Amino acid sequence: MQALSGGKETFVIERPVKEQQLCYHCGTPCITNSVTLDEKVFCCDGCKLVYEILDSNGLCDYYKFQNHPGLSQIKAKRFDKYDYLDNKDIAAKLIKFTDGNYTIVNFYIPGVHCSSCMWLLEHLNKLDIGIAESRLNFTTKEVTIHFYTEKTSLRHIVELLATVGYEPYISLDDIGKKEFKDFNRQRIYKLGVAGFCFGNIMMMSFPEYFSINTGIEGKYVALFRMLNLILALPVFFYSASEFFNTAWKGLKQKTLNIDAPIALAIIITFGRSLYEIITKTGAGYLDSMSGIVFFMLVGRVLQERTYKSISFHRDYKSYFPIAVTVLTDKGTESKSLQDLKEKDVVALHNDEIIPADAIVLNGKALIDYSFVTGESQPVEVPIGKTVYAGGRQAGEKVVIQLMKPVAGSYLTSLWDHFAFKKNKIQENKEKSIVHILSKHFTIILLSLALITTVYWAINDPSKIISSVSAMLIVACPCALLLSATFTNGILLRIFSANGLFLRNASVIEQMGKIDHIVFDKTGTLTENNKNIEFKGPELSDREKGWLYTVAISSQHPYSRALVQYLGKRDAVNVSFWKERRGKGLEAVVQGNEILIGSAAFVGVKEERENTAAMYAYINGKISAFYLIPGFRDGVAEAIPSLKQQYDLSLLSGDNDRQKQQIVSLFNEHSSLLFEQQPVDKLNYVAKLQNEHKHVMMVGDGLNDAGALQQSNVGITLSDDVNNFTPSCDAILDAKRFSYFPQLLKLSRSAQLIVNISFAVSVIYNLVGLYFAMQGLMKPVIAAILMPCSTLSIVLLTSGVSGIISKRLGLSLN
Amino acid sequence: MSALFLLVIASILVAAAFLIAFIWSVKTNQYEDEKGAAMRILYDDSIKIKQVKN
Repeated sequence: MQALSGGKETFVIERPVKEQQLCYHCGTPCITNSVTLDEKVFCCDGCKLVYEILDSNGLCDYYKFQNHPGLSQIKAKRFDKYDYLDNKDIAAKLIKFTDGNYTIVNFYIPGVHCSSCMWLLEHLNKLDIGIAESRLNFTTKEVTIHFYTEKTSLRHIVELLATVGYEPYISLDDIGKKEFKDFNRQRIYKLGVAGFCFGNIMMMSFPEYFSINTGIEGKYVALFRMLNLILALPVFFYSASEFFNTAWKGLKQKTLNIDAPIALAIIITFGRSLYEIITKTGAGYLDSMSGIVFFMLVGRVLQERTYKSISFHRDYKSYFPIAVTVLTDKGTESKSLQDLKEKDVVALHNDEIIPADAIVLNGKALIDYSFVTGESQPVEVPIGKTVYAGGRQAGEKVVIQLMKPVAGSYLTSLWDHFAFKKNKIQENKEKSIVHILSKHFTIILLSLALITTVYWAINDPSKIISSVSAMLIVACPCALLLSATFTNGILLRIFSANGLFLRNASVIEQMGKIDHIVFDKTGTLTENNKNIEFKGPELSDREKGWLYTVAISSQHPYSRALVQYLGKRDAVNVSFWKERRGKGLEAVVQGNEILIGSAAFVGVKEERENTAAMYAYINGKISAFYLIPGFRDGVAEAIPSLKQQYDLSLLSGDNDRQKQQIVSLFNEHSSLLFEQQPVDKLNYVAKLQNEHKHVMMVGDGLNDAGALQQSNVGITLSDDVNNFTPSCDAILDAKRFSYFPQLLKLSRSAQLIVNISFAVSVIYNLVGLYFAMQGLMKPVIAAILMPCSTLSIVLLTSGVSGIISKRLGLSLN
Repeated sequence: MSALFLLVIASILVAAAFLIAFIWSVKTNQYEDEKGAAMRILYDDSIKIKQVKN
């Protein structure tokens, strides 16, 4: 055990410990109980440091809101990685506002989870006097910090956040969100105004419904009608403006879009009502008009619901670092990614991603290409050989020289593919059934209007205007459009309650049309360290307990897998524990020396090639643990049920060593392709589409980005939906994978629900038309038909969606 | 006549007040963070700077 004797890093416990305690800061079980301060025990020095900082600044209230609120600090952090924030150009892009001194900046902090987090992040000014104010938006996990550049710096603030355990996620391409927010706000204001006017107009119209317009009360009728007209003005000119705008835009391009018939109905209703009220010939249909506008806006707000903390638009830049350390003649320099040139020499630290294709100059390059290929085993690259962009350095620091600019690299050139140029959202909208129906609807309605005109022109010309305008008022397509918008809005909510987050409502319809599903293997269907195969002398329960104790405090995926393999056990006392990066764990448990780690670390020879393995050394006894990829939970149930309804394919960047296991799950018609490059995956999806298939791609990483983009519906599977996922149409929570077939069934039912409510709205339209074409349309009939059709459609869509989801075993909220 | 007239005007004014309140609440970001405010109310800002022990 030479590891124990030498070196500054070792620490050996002196006093005996009775029981294992939880870290005061983060709640992780403490291994040695040796890291203490103020009679509080910490799992590691990182957590202790955070406590010390908070304690010396009087911020220990942090620990009062929640027990163990902190995040484990056991993973060592490297602070020089924030050097780039001193670079003025990069800083300028992150800063929201500055007058040279007073500066405002926004950070997204993924670690925020409880009231303590919030309290601490809003008291940052106690930790740094340069900070004037900080405020956290808990829903979006964004903190806004106001500070004085004379007293502190951007870099200092980020380092402070990282020190106290709230490392911000910094990315340059999350700009442009604000515009969208303002647009949504406008719509909410419009909705409020329409609601207010609609309610009051309904109230003022009551006398008309009951025909109270004679005698003394008759005097008020004129007053009520004028008030209605005044209240209708903001609805017509403000709330309804977006229908006019989009309809006009469509007309200019010579197309009839969805908003055209609505705009037509609104204008005619308003015009006729205006005429009737001014000439004192009637009350008009202002209640119906404002109702239409109000309900249409409600439907759209429901449908345009967005998930504040989820981003669907990420490309490779979100994965790549913002800046890297470049070695120049003058020393080191932090350069932002777009300033990198060929021949630049870059120092790459542990866990950093290679920004562009490069050759290794010196150091031990151990590159993990799982982002790019899905292949999980890190590859050792000798000096002088090429490493590719997107790979992650798994070993210690290495020096590389770039051979290509960032955008010209093998992985990033995927984004130059034409698949990324098309506007998928726009395409989906144009393919949408509602879009097509509304076109026909307008044409049918106009021809009916023409027939009516001709009929009355022959029989009674005085009725032309009243009957035709009444027709156009009654037959507004809003019931039809509402059925789609409400169904989509409700389904979006049900989907998100079940862990499927859609980019927008048009994805639902596309999902319903899918007939072929393509899966990525690694990371999507399988998890790398799912199972463990044990080899070596039988371990006693006591020995298993020791291994468990040593592994439980490590965040390394191998340790996690080992803990899972050993099952829940009682931790025992450890007198010494140390994690050595890239090597393994060493510990002394009840006087027994234990090593867990790589073959070289434990001092044995690698037995199997191409298999991830870890070895354990317990008092001279060596045992091996082979990490075998296995199916994700839920996959074994989901795939057999999917293959009854869909054609399935599987694409893997990996080699075919697991083929047997996979074949058993899929059927003989499914194509299973291995060693697929990112571009191959994209081309495979495109090939299926050429055969007129509607393809869904389910993937997880950057290597699937091309296929996700090319497919009709691209779904990313993610263990944490707030995590970084490639650009896609929907994100599925990996824990909910077993519900995947049911979610697809629900999307198929969506069309049925829309059709049913469409049929209902057609009935209402026919009844209305029956009266209108005869010139018998009374305001009271319009006033009854309009809310009835709207309400019945709202009830129908929510009711049917609810029943179908319940039957499928999905949760509603 | 005048009683009803006043009532109508009053009811519209009350409703308008609520409309303005609604627009104000949207404008001042009150719907941006539904969970945050409920937690912020728990703070009691009595931060004591711990005496440095010598």
